[in-house]
Amino acid sequence: MRKSNEKLRILLKRSLVIFSANIFLFFVLVGRLYYLQIYQKEKYAILADSNRFSTRLLVPPRGSINDRNGVELATNIQNFQALLIAEQVRGDIDKLLDEIAPILSLTSENIAQIKKDITRHRRFVPIKIKDNLNWEEVSTLMLNNHKWPGLIIDQGLIRYYPFKHYTAHPIGYVGSVSERDLQQSDAPLLQVPGFKIGKSGFEKTYDESLRGIEGSLKYEVNAYGRIMREIEKIDGKKGNDLDLTIDIRLQKAAYDAFGEEAGAAVVLDVHTGEILASVSTPSFDANLFVDGISQKNWNNLLYDEKTPLTNKAISGQYSPGSTFKVVVALAALEAGIIDSKTDYFCSGRMKLGNHLFHCWKHYGHGHQTLVNALKNSCDIYFYETALELGIEKIASMSHRLGLGETYDLGLENEKKGVIPNKKWKREKLKSSWQRGETVIAGIGQGYVLVTPMQLATMLARVVNGGYEITPTFIKQQKAEKPKALNLNPEHIKLVEEGMYEVVNGIGGTATRAKLTINGIKMGGKTGTTQVRRISLKERAEGIKKDEDLPWKYRNHAWFMAYAPHDNPKYAVAVIVEHGRSGAGVAAPIASKILEEAIKLDIR
Amino acid sequence: MAILLNQNQELNLKERFFNLNFVFIIILSILAGIGCMTLYSAAGGRITPWALNQGIRFCMGLGVMVVAAMIRPEFYYKIATPFYLFTLFLLLVVDVAGHTGMGAQRWINLGFFKLQPSELMKLAIVLQLARYFSNCTYEEIRSIKGIIVPIIIVAVPVAFIMIQPDLGTSLMVLFCATALFYLAGVQWWKFGIAIGGVAAAAPILWHFLHDYQKNRILTFLDPERDPQGAGYHIIQAKIALGSGGAWGKGFLSGTQSHLNFLPEKHTDFIFTMFSEEFGMAGGIVILFLNLILISYGYWFAFRIHPSNYFGKMVILGLNTNYFLYVFINIAMVIGLLPVVGIPLPLISYGGTVIISVMASFGIIQSFYVNRDRELKK
Repeated sequence: MRKSNEKLRILLKRSLVIFSANIFLFFVLVGRLYYLQIYQKEKYAILADSNRFSTRLLVPPRGSINDRNGVELATNIQNFQALLIAEQVRGDIDKLLDEIAPILSLTSENIAQIKKDITRHRRFVPIKIKDNLNWEEVSTLMLNNHKWPGLIIDQGLIRYYPFKHYTAHPIGYVGSVSERDLQQSDAPLLQVPGFKIGKSGFEKTYDESLRGIEGSLKYEVNAYGRIMREIEKIDGKKGNDLDLTIDIRLQKAAYDAFGEEAGAAVVLDVHTGEILASVSTPSFDANLFVDGISQKNWNNLLYDEKTPLTNKAISGQYSPGSTFKVVVALAALEAGIIDSKTDYFCSGRMKLGNHLFHCWKHYGHGHQTLVNALKNSCDIYFYETALELGIEKIASMSHRLGLGETYDLGLENEKKGVIPNKKWKREKLKSSWQRGETVIAGIGQGYVLVTPMQLATMLARVVNGGYEITPTFIKQQKAEKPKALNLNPEHIKLVEEGMYEVVNGIGGTATRAKLTINGIKMGGKTGTTQVRRISLKERAEGIKKDEDLPWKYRNHAWFMAYAPHDNPKYAVAVIVEHGRSGAGVAAPIASKILEEAIKLDIR
Repeated sequence: MAILLNQNQELNLKERFFNLNFVFIIILSILAGIGCMTLYSAAGGRITPWALNQGIRFCMGLGVMVVAAMIRPEFYYKIATPFYLFTLFLLLVVDVAGHTGMGAQRWINLGFFKLQPSELMKLAIVLQLARYFSNCTYEEIRSIKGIIVPIIIVAVPVAFIMIQPDLGTSLMVLFCATALFYLAGVQWWKFGIAIGGVAAAAPILWHFLHDYQKNRILTFLDPERDPQGAGYHIIQAKIALGSGGAWGKGFLSGTQSHLNFLPEKHTDFIFTMFSEEFGMAGGIVILFLNLILISYGYWFAFRIHPSNYFGKMVILGLNTNYFLYVFINIAMVIGLLPVVGIPLPLISYGGTVIISVMASFGIIQSFYVNRDRELKK
């Protein structure tokens, strides 16, 4: 009995110990609750909210890019896409896909991809079935909407360039945000999936202004990311529009005037410097880039020998050839080396030291005054003049007329060209200037390089009476009056007379390019520049005809022109790459462009 | 003498029924009510799929409890050993089935009911140990020889459960058995040796743990280790609890629960869901009600006839079992213990646990109903 009592006694005693332990452990739990729910409440309340609320940026519509008359060159169009929300589908998803496949012309690969996407995402996530639906597809789906719950048509905005290749230069295009874009900018919009930013041209330069200000949508989500309800919505602001000086009608006409030829043309308003057209051919359809260009299309553009991706109007550098004679003439007139009566005899060649310089006309032009020399594009006249004038004065006049300069057009890859002088050669080539180099510079060959934009600017500065206009693509609210270049009006008149004769004079180099509009005359100057060097041997055996050479060895053809002759308003510079002859190929293009400009009467 | 006779007199059914402790029953009904209410909220304010089912199961559980309470205590004494051996056999069946390519299973499918032998073992081991200790003398219990048999009684099923693998249940059985050893009067120093031995063997045991078990322990020690994976449960549970604050976010308004950030909100993590909506105040109510239930258990053990050592042991064992359920579940969801998959009895959704807990309450009541008479062995 005593032993039994001992068992009971220890049972009672120890059960009290365990009971106390139980109570103690319950208090430990209470203590923990206090720590989490009272002491750390703030921390966890914030964490709970950050779990629960999510914010999505609302992409504002991108500003449009307009031509001078308000025609949209880059705009946003509605883009319809068909989406499928798997969990809302009643019945069999496969059956639904089979039903809509013929309507949306889905291939079996498309359907396989869609099914893969469906299994990969949560069932409330909309899966893209097809992008860029056309009206027929949209209306068919809409009509039968009731048959397919879960199939929705979503509309978004997509960048669109209605004039396609006509405006790819200089407007450029938008594209997806790259890794590098993200490193360069921390703008939150860039993080939005599917957001597009300017990748080239004005779309890139004015990207931030065009982009607009993002809105935001705050909403409650559950653990799977499903949106439960909207909390707050802040509207964004549409991007600013960009108004260009281009007239799309002229732009189109200029582009089409090239036909199959590769080249560039720039049309300026000679009084304001506004760029009325700037084309580079061939071009490309900028819309191809918006949704990511296919490898095939990209390769086609990249490896095309006519370089459609390069904006030749500002990035193409060519020897100006005979068009440069206008600059040399003005410099010589100002220096008093020549006047209207000065005359040189052209025998077809000129000897300097041991070297013979040839005129393009083998048997020479005979006696030439300045006007004749321009009209006939006599090389000997300008060899002699340049030699007497010296390279420094030629270079100085070139710079005054805008050659060898950039204009801050807001485009990438705007090239400066080359206007050589003694200092330039010493620095660049580490050798001293040769007199022979002055001679060939006199006819715009040798080191001299200009862009079509520069050449148009040079011509505009001459024919506007000597005002330092600067080309611009952007419409200015209040234009400053350009500075005068202090050119003698008599000199300008003389040069204009020469250019008038080129087109209208009997035997002028470009008489075939006369304007067909009654009573309106134009003036201009041809230029042909060698792409390859003609060797002595070849000269002896007879120079090969350009037509016999492969395309890439043919001469470049220039023509610059202005109209109307008596009161110039438009200046145009046209280069046709490997076009062989300025008069034969480039001049008709320039004349077509000017005719169109006059017909349009651009204001 | 008359009193003594009266003490040993058998009670009829009606007397036994009115001898039930009704306060005890009311308190556990309140807890079950809280459970149904929380399940109603967990389903987004609907009685399906959980709350109604749970209510029905609780009513069944009440029936099981009353039936178990009406059975005479002698019956439990008699069946202790056969029941233990039978349960051990079932455990073996499950283990063998699990290791012969039929996949790891913890239950036997009876068609209408999935029987978990490990759940039965919690009960069987208490009955068997109580029976063993009630027949030992004090000296035997204090001797080394006397505890070899009960150690085997415990070690074999624990090992069987461990290899299922079900770490949580095997540890619970082990803790419960340890409590009974302690209550029987086994000396402190023997526990010291056992604990020392386990500590020494821990690195070896660690080696035998399954990867997911290792993960649970590591994740418990550092939830940030894997915030999207295993640590997600603990982190989200703490956020739910902490953001509930003192008074909670209100019924049906727990954002963590209703937006599904909280995992297993209707089963293992139901305490967290309740505490998110009712705050620390709600949590303390649940803890307090459970403490009352447990205190009743100790009171019953103290109250029944002194000669009924078996009954006292059974009550204390089952009571400790219940305490372990509550403590381990709450401690794990509030980040004090690793997540081992122990539900909160009476509140978590799940049929097996509610029936087994109610059955054990029934057995406790059976001893309490016959509190004034001796156990007839």
